[in-house]
Formats: sequence, structure tokens, C-alpha cells
Amino acid sequence: MEVPILRQGQYLIASIQSALTDADLSHLREALIAQVGRSRCRGVIVDVTALDVMDSFAVRTLRDIAHMARLRGAETVIVGIQPDVAFAMVQLGLTLKGVATVLDLEEGLAFLDGRTKDRGLDTRFKRPPSSPPRG
Amino acid sequence: MADTKRSMSVSTRAADSPALSESSAGLLRELVAHLRQNRTQLREEWARRITRAELLTAMTEEEIFAEATAVYDNYVEALETGTFEALQAYSRRLSERIIPRGVETDEVVGIVLLLRDVLARSLFNKYQDNVEKLNRILDSYEPAANRIANTVAVGFVEERERIIRQQQEAIRELSTPVLQVRERLLILPIIGVIDPQRARQLTEQLLRAIRANRAKVVVIDVTGVAAMDSGVANHLVQTVEASRLLGATVIVTGLSPEIAQTLVTIGVDLSEMATVGDLQGGIEEAERLLADRAAPTLGSLATREIAPESQR
Repeated sequence: MEVPILRQGQYLIASIQSALTDADLSHLREALIAQVGRSRCRGVIVDVTALDVMDSFAVRTLRDIAHMARLRGAETVIVGIQPDVAFAMVQLGLTLKGVATVLDLEEGLAFLDGRTKDRGLDTRFKRPPSSPPRG
Repeated sequence: MADTKRSMSVSTRAADSPALSESSAGLLRELVAHLRQNRTQLREEWARRITRAELLTAMTEEEIFAEATAVYDNYVEALETGTFEALQAYSRRLSERIIPRGVETDEVVGIVLLLRDVLARSLFNKYQDNVEKLNRILDSYEPAANRIANTVAVGFVEERERIIRQQQEAIRELSTPVLQVRERLLILPIIGVIDPQRARQLTEQLLRAIRANRAKVVVIDVTGVAAMDSGVANHLVQTVEASRLLGATVIVTGLSPEIAQTLVTIGVDLSEMATVGDLQGGIEEAERLLADRAAPTLGSLATREIAPESQR
């Protein structure tokens, strides 16, 4: 089952519609990472609203996607994890550490907007507030 | 002296058991007739003994006498018919009446055993000339008396447990509100004892509320929690993690000094948990997070701390 990857402005949106096999997940990962560079996008949203089970391979793949996309210059956010799925995940110790997660697609877009704006400010105008003044 | 007689009866019972079953019904009839005949006197003796042993101190003497009469009649009836349903129902009703008045289990067991002693003593007096008959009477009386004592005690304890279950249920329903303070900010005040079942229920309610209210920040206030073991603490950590997966930051407030010491001593990993001293501070922190809409989750806070360093 192929996962459609849509482009929306500067972001890529991968919307998972049904349960995926491990091979499908690997394929999604490769396709997303390839497209991040090709389309010069700044953010990736993976929508998992339709998933009612999340196993360790799926969680690892999502984490890999986030880390790989960051290396290619894009922020990743996972959206739409169901409450039951979330609780099952933490009980299994699958906590997606270091990966941004928000409630739904709308929040995901708002989150990426905030992040990409922040980064622009950081690199161009702002010095990190914690750095000591140089004399 | 009574003890030697009873031990004798055990040895004779083994020898003449076939004959016993035939006559035991007759003996029981005789026994019941004796108890009916001496009802007033035995009942008074029993009530006197209850007062002397300082049982049922929560009740007045008239009440004790009234209950004693009812128990006595039910007791004799159970002996006569060999059925315990009426007695069971009565002891349940009795328990319903006396539990709210603070009557303890040992008192209820105590008065039933006293009645058994009073009746046994009267049997000794009546048959003291005929030891052989006394033994046979006691043979048929003792098992029934023990079963009656059992029935009343079990009835009392069951009634008590039913009340406890009912109250637990009520407390559980009362005590898990998830409140929206303002848009995107929820408060979950936890009060009382957290057992694993309640912890699970709390988590489920919180996660649903996060989704329904589209919450960004949740303040969990544990000021009302007296103690926390490692199981509950780990559950709290899991709740924080699960909330993060739904895009909400959790701030825990009001950890008491005792709980703070326990958690560090038993080595629960709380490094992922944002904690603030009291509820007021927690809400202030939450408002600050909400104002800064760009950085809504702990995860993004963490990556953001790394980002400037790599850019330097």
C-alpha cells in the first residue's frame, strides 16, 4: 500500500491511510527523504490518525524519518496519534524521544510555521541569549 | 472439667455413630424445647454477660436487650430447622443497622460466642446428672452452634465489605475531574490515594480530554496526594510521555516534600517531567508556554536547545 506524499507550500505531508507492513514503512521513509532534498522543503508532516496500532518498527521508522529529514534540512512532526495508541506506546517504552508530536494536521502546520520562522530569526539576526558578551 | 467431658464425647462419638444419627433429631428437639422454656432467663443472662464484657458499648441497654431477643429467637430457630437462610438475612439486616454506629467485628463475634457459652452452660446444669446424655446433646448442639457463629460473623464482614466497595466506587467517580482553565490549558487536580486502577482511569480521561479540548498544556496538581509508590510514579511518567505524543506539555505541581524524597530515593527517573512548586506557579508557567506558541512540546524544547550549539 503506497502512502501518498503531498506537497503543501514549503512542507511535505505524508498521510497514512491504513495499516502498513514493514516494507511499506521502509518505502515511505526512502520516498520522503528523497523528496525532502528534491523539493527543498522545510518541513515534513507524517499523519498517523488512521493507525490504531503502532509497533516498535513503525515507531523506529518514524524516528528515523525525523532524524534523517533533519540532516537534509527539514523539521519533522508526527500528527494524529490516538490517545489509546499513545498510552500503549509509552507502556511498551516507545516514546519517540526527540521527535516533535502534535495533536492533528492543523497543529502540525502551525508548529512548522513557528519552527521555520524561529530558525530564520536565530541564524540571521539573533545571537543566542545564553552566550556571554564578548569584551 | 467441661473440657474432659467434651474430649470423652469425641471418642464415644466415633464408637456409636450409627445410633447417633437416629437419636440426634430427637435430642435436638429436646434441646430446642429446653431453650424455648428458659428463654427469658437465658436471654437476660446473655444480655448481662454482654454488658459485663463491655461489648456493644455504642448501644443502650434497651437496644442490646431488643437485639439480644431477636438474635436469640433466630438462633433457636436455626438450631431447630437446621437452615440458616433466615439467620443470614437477619444478620445482614442487623449489620446494616449497627455498622454505622461503630460496632466492630470483634464485638459481633464476641456476643455470638457469649450466647453459645450461656446456652452450653445451661445445658451442663440441666444434664449434670446424666453425663452420657449431656455428651450426646452437646454433640448435636456444638456443630450447629459453631455454624451459627460462623454465619453471623461472615454476614457482618460481608456487609462491611459491601459498604467499603460502595464507598470506593463513589470516591472513584467523584475524584477525577479534568478542568479547562482557558483555551488550550487543562488542569487535573488529583486528590487522595492513587491505586493502579485509578491511575489508569486518570490517564485515559486526561488523554481523551487533551484531544477533545485541543489542549497544549496540562497542569497535573498532586498537592492532595499523600503518598506515591514507584508504580504510581512510573505511571505518572508514562502519562506525561503519552500526553507529549498528543502534542501537550505536562507540568506537574505540588509534589510534597515526602513524595519528592521517596521518588528520588527509589530512583524513579523524573528527568523528562517538568515540575513546578505549586499550582499557581504551574499555571503561570503554562501561560508562558502558551504565549510562546512556537515551542509547544518538550521534545521540541530539547531539540531547540541543541540547535544553537550546532550553529555556533
